Amino acid sequence: MKFPTTVVKTRELGKTFDNIKAVYGLTFNLVQGEILGLLGPNGAGKTTTIQLLLGLTTYDAGEVSILGMDPTRQRREVLSRVNFSSAYTSMPTNLTVWENLNVFSLLYGVKNRKKKIEEVLERLKITEARHKVTGMLSSGQLTRLNLCKALLNDPEVLFLDEPTASLDPDIADVVRQTLQGLRRERGMAMLYTSHNMYEVEELCDRVIFLHHGHEVARGTPDEVKLAMNEKSLEGVFVRIARGGDVETAGNGDGRN
Amino acid sequence: MWQRIYALVLRHVYLHKRSLARNMEIVFWPVMGLLVWGFFTKYIERVALPGAGAFFLGSLILWEVLYRSQQAISYSITEEFWVGNVINLFISPISTLEIGAATCVMGLLKSTVTTVFLMLMAFVFYGFDLFDAGLLLIPYYGCLLVFGWAVGLLTMGMIFRFGRGAEALIWGVPFLLEPLSAVFYPADVLPRWLWWVSMCLPSTHVFEGMRAALAGKDAGPWDLPMAFLLNVPWLAAGGLYFSRMLARAREIGNLARQVVD
Repeated sequence: MKFPTTVVKTRELGKTFDNIKAVYGLTFNLVQGEILGLLGPNGAGKTTTIQLLLGLTTYDAGEVSILGMDPTRQRREVLSRVNFSSAYTSMPTNLTVWENLNVFSLLYGVKNRKKKIEEVLERLKITEARHKVTGMLSSGQLTRLNLCKALLNDPEVLFLDEPTASLDPDIADVVRQTLQGLRRERGMAMLYTSHNMYEVEELCDRVIFLHHGHEVARGTPDEVKLAMNEKSLEGVFVRIARGGDVETAGNGDGRN
Repeated sequence: MWQRIYALVLRHVYLHKRSLARNMEIVFWPVMGLLVWGFFTKYIERVALPGAGAFFLGSLILWEVLYRSQQAISYSITEEFWVGNVINLFISPISTLEIGAATCVMGLLKSTVTTVFLMLMAFVFYGFDLFDAGLLLIPYYGCLLVFGWAVGLLTMGMIFRFGRGAEALIWGVPFLLEPLSAVFYPADVLPRWLWWVSMCLPSTHVFEGMRAALAGKDAGPWDLPMAFLLNVPWLAAGGLYFSRMLARAREIGNLARQVVD
């Protein structure tokens, strides 16, 4: 039996800012082709975790391995094989969509740039905006442009920080379908944060709920609902957000 | 490596292709400054100081080399903060050295464009040719450019360390250096202790040397070598400080927080 390759591995990951533990004791594996939801209320540590994994912020406890490498020592090798998209980052607003993607494809050393840019624009259905100045894009187009950037280097791991925030249901669906397609076609692994629990149930194979920087529940969406005796992930979310002392639920002992 | 440096330079070329405000910063403001102070100098020459124009215009143009070089470097990163692109940039496989090198190339391009424009305007309006100072102009230009890089890297380091509140330093730091660099007067008019400080700046030796050259005298034998030599520790300090502060920004979360916060 062949086990899927672990692409992201953290052991007791932690970060403290001014004596406040933003993240602590976080251990998980993300395997090839898996979508793992990192969930929790604002300030739970989801975005910080992604920043730690991407090296934007240095961690001060624990270990991280991405694609079998130490991202602090092999930063370039790791970053050239992963990517990130967030509803909260932007791109140079005075550049056109095509110019922005051209710059990033150069940064990532993409071969056959023109073809690749056309391909990602087509996939995210914003080909018609390719000559538009980025500052003139709608928020839906901007989010899709961010995703286009994130797909330029054919990443093996994609970090997604609320990628569908502020999107209308139609475009959000396009984004979800795209992510599902990428997972199916390329076995791309994704670490996904979102506040939309219906979306999480649709997309994520497993979820980890964080609260005040540490894990409070983990498992498949169904396992977590069952363990917390809730009918929906929305219910789990609300319960975690309102009750600060939730016991660890789900199959947390598996630490996968 | 070169492809990533080229990518960052291209990003700014695209910006300048479309932004009137950014082009005004490298051409319009310096030219307006030259016109105001150039005519004022002509007036001063007429009523009090014949021959002062060459010194003043030469200093004005060369000061722009340092100023624009520093500004270009500081702006190139600050611009990324303004448009929320910092995270995208720093999660790409670009190294600190490549970022530093790309911003230095931007400094070279911008200050060259500004200098060429100013030299043309000075020639057209005042009949002043900066090359009257001779070919020494070229190494002096290089020294000011490199010092601008060093100061730009120091400024960028401060922005990473202290956050966007430190943006005022982009404009403030050159104004701190201007009186100390003896741009428009000989360094020996400074009080003794300030004179010692000014001697530590490569720019002081450039302006002293240029004044001598424009006056048709031999520049001090140590002006150019001193300017070159002093640039070495300044550039090393700038690069080191930038690199350390970037690492510190990662440690305290400033790099990510400035956009995501």
